[in-house]
Amino acid sequence: MAKLHERKFISADPEKCVGCQVCEYACSFGKERAFNPTKARIRVIRENQIHNIAVTCRFCEAPACVAACPRGALSQSINGSIVLEKENCSGCGWCISACDYGAMMLHPVTKTVYSCDLCKFRADGPQCVKWCPEEALTVVTSDVLAQKARLNAIKKLFQTPGETRNQQPKETT
Amino acid sequence: MLGYAGRILYLDLTTGKNYTEKLNEETAKKFVGGIGLGMYLYLSKSKKGVNPLSPENPLVLSVGPLTATMFPTGGNGHAFISKSPATGGVGESVSHGTFGTELKRAGYDAVVLTGKAEKPLYLLIDDDSIELRDASKLWGKSSLEVEDLIKDEIGDFYVRVASIGLAGEKLSKISCIINDKTRAAGRTGLGAVMGSKNLKAIAVRGTNDITISKPEEFFNLVKEFHERMKGPAAQKYRTTGSTENLMLQNNMFCVPTRNYNNSHFELAENISSSVINQHFIAKIIGCNSCAMRCEHVAIIKDGAYRGTTARIEYDNLWAFGPNCGIDKLNPIIKAAERCNYFGLDAQSVGGVVSFIMDCYEKGLVTKEKLDGIDAHFGNASALLALIEKIGKQEGIGAMLANGVKEAAAKIGGNAEQLAQHIKGLEVTGYDLRCLKTTALSCAVAFRGADHNRSGAVTFDLRGKVDRLKAETGRGKLVKDLEDQFNIIDSLLVCKNSKGTFYKDVEEMAKIYNAATGLGITQQELELAGERIQALAKIINTREGLTRKDDTLPWKVINQPISDDGPVKGAVVSKAELDLMLNDYYQARGYDKQGLLTIAKLQELGLTEYLSIIEHKE
Repeated sequence: MAKLHERKFISADPEKCVGCQVCEYACSFGKERAFNPTKARIRVIRENQIHNIAVTCRFCEAPACVAACPRGALSQSINGSIVLEKENCSGCGWCISACDYGAMMLHPVTKTVYSCDLCKFRADGPQCVKWCPEEALTVVTSDVLAQKARLNAIKKLFQTPGETRNQQPKETT
Repeated sequence: MLGYAGRILYLDLTTGKNYTEKLNEETAKKFVGGIGLGMYLYLSKSKKGVNPLSPENPLVLSVGPLTATMFPTGGNGHAFISKSPATGGVGESVSHGTFGTELKRAGYDAVVLTGKAEKPLYLLIDDDSIELRDASKLWGKSSLEVEDLIKDEIGDFYVRVASIGLAGEKLSKISCIINDKTRAAGRTGLGAVMGSKNLKAIAVRGTNDITISKPEEFFNLVKEFHERMKGPAAQKYRTTGSTENLMLQNNMFCVPTRNYNNSHFELAENISSSVINQHFIAKIIGCNSCAMRCEHVAIIKDGAYRGTTARIEYDNLWAFGPNCGIDKLNPIIKAAERCNYFGLDAQSVGGVVSFIMDCYEKGLVTKEKLDGIDAHFGNASALLALIEKIGKQEGIGAMLANGVKEAAAKIGGNAEQLAQHIKGLEVTGYDLRCLKTTALSCAVAFRGADHNRSGAVTFDLRGKVDRLKAETGRGKLVKDLEDQFNIIDSLLVCKNSKGTFYKDVEEMAKIYNAATGLGITQQELELAGERIQALAKIINTREGLTRKDDTLPWKVINQPISDDGPVKGAVVSKAELDLMLNDYYQARGYDKQGLLTIAKLQELGLTEYLSIIEHKE
């Protein structure tokens, strides 16, 4: 197991994500040579016009998906990604129910489960991060996320009265 | 033939029977997709003189060769094509969002709907499964409610929905078809065509792969366009939004104000894009595949309309703001939201409300006739009250729900002089008296008064031509721009992204080829743009439209701009219009009556339609 500071995963900034689904296209093409969101490892959800976010595997410290698999098909690798032993996967979907983020999915063709592996076999890294036009996706550690949150909180705290984040929509939305 | 799904779905709503046909390569190359393919399919499945609201009038839904790919803005569009109940000619309207992507992945380039369901139904397309489902619980509901209800019923959050509201059900000629909650195929009244078929909604789920011919080339282009979309070509859309046009145009005195009584709105600053962005815009969101993202979502934060959410662009801002003399954003945003609720075309609604306000102020209608509404320009509560009436077709609303042309005929007297429309479609937010290239382009636009059938307005606004001059050469300019816009609406890339195609059609051909592998040349694609224009002309000619329909609203010709400013006295005289029309017809290779010639049809490979044209000559 890697130390906390070394485990990285992809996180979407809800302020920046506009729900364009480019990440889904980049992911499915990188993995499957086709544009098909139902085969992407990252999915975009637009709950309403304001709430847009891309969600993928967060490489949990105690992955519920691994614990849920009755056939021992899932394990967590040293970098935190979830590894599947295909021959042991029956496609039952218990791991899918166990994942709170919807990051585990059943592949429509292979009928086994899959999730984000940070494009580990690609020299240019995760394709979603590479192609996100809004730079909303980053590869982060939990610690970096906490740092960012602190910084944002401080910025809001010291915001001058009357100044809102919408004043300069160019940079801040 | 990659890029394309390769199939057309035909569905008869009367019998529920459906079948698919292959899309062959020749048709694909000839008509590209989107409105081009749609008009071709419409022509082949419709008969002359068909009543737009009868079962025999087909409604075509189409996507493009780039739909559901990653090409920025190319991935997300769809088009509806039919005979317009508003104009009696070709009706088409393009919308974006995510709806089209599912249709493409379900395996269809187009859907041709004919007939009429016995009772309200909705269509569920789930890959190869085509199902007509009971819509009695959806009838009367808004598009926003319908989308959620269908998602709940099917139990799939990712199903995409396009639907009509109450206005479409009640066959309003200014009704639209809304997808993804806030996006509309707004113009030409196609919501009524859908309503006339008892079809409340189309829900789509597609799971097939979309593959492309030359991935390396394709991704290089995607990368290039992503960069361009971060640059100046898309800056307006990414930042302040199209509402920026208001102040820019107001300084140029080309904002039609109070139904063309003025061309400058003295209160425009109160509703400028900086006020909108500062106080209302909660988020700017993007359509599928887009790297520009331009959809400015406004939320009212306080007062009686607190929580109201609507998309604000120049077009609806103008329609309810300057056009109705209103300088308060809360009711303007509320009006936009109510139009979405009822499924009404915001631009046409702004058109009819300003028209009736004009009639009221000039004494052509009484307050009693308006159900007690004090419809003075600037009265925001009158605007909102009228929208409710139009949406429900109650009282005066029943008359206004079919647009200004019909309303003027019913009011009689001089009302027609106040009806700002072309071919029955209400005008948009550009004062045509002082934007003469735009005036020509709107006069000849096949779907009626609309700046979106060519980019001519950009030439006038940016000073690339003398906007006050009607001169030879504008015809060729408009023709070329129309052809480009036909390609844009057939490839189905977003018109807002036009500026990112630095080399116009040359680059459109490149991306088409990278996706499809069909090896079209720039010249061939340009010819396709011209061919698509001809298709529209053929439909309009078949339906009886002639040179006399290529005209301008009465005020544009007869009522010079009165405001003190740079364009005082500007007007498009009949002589100027005729000069520009002749020039345009010549550039198009039409005859003097503005009709296609046999030689032109032969050149464009459209000889199958000779009989329509010969009959007219």
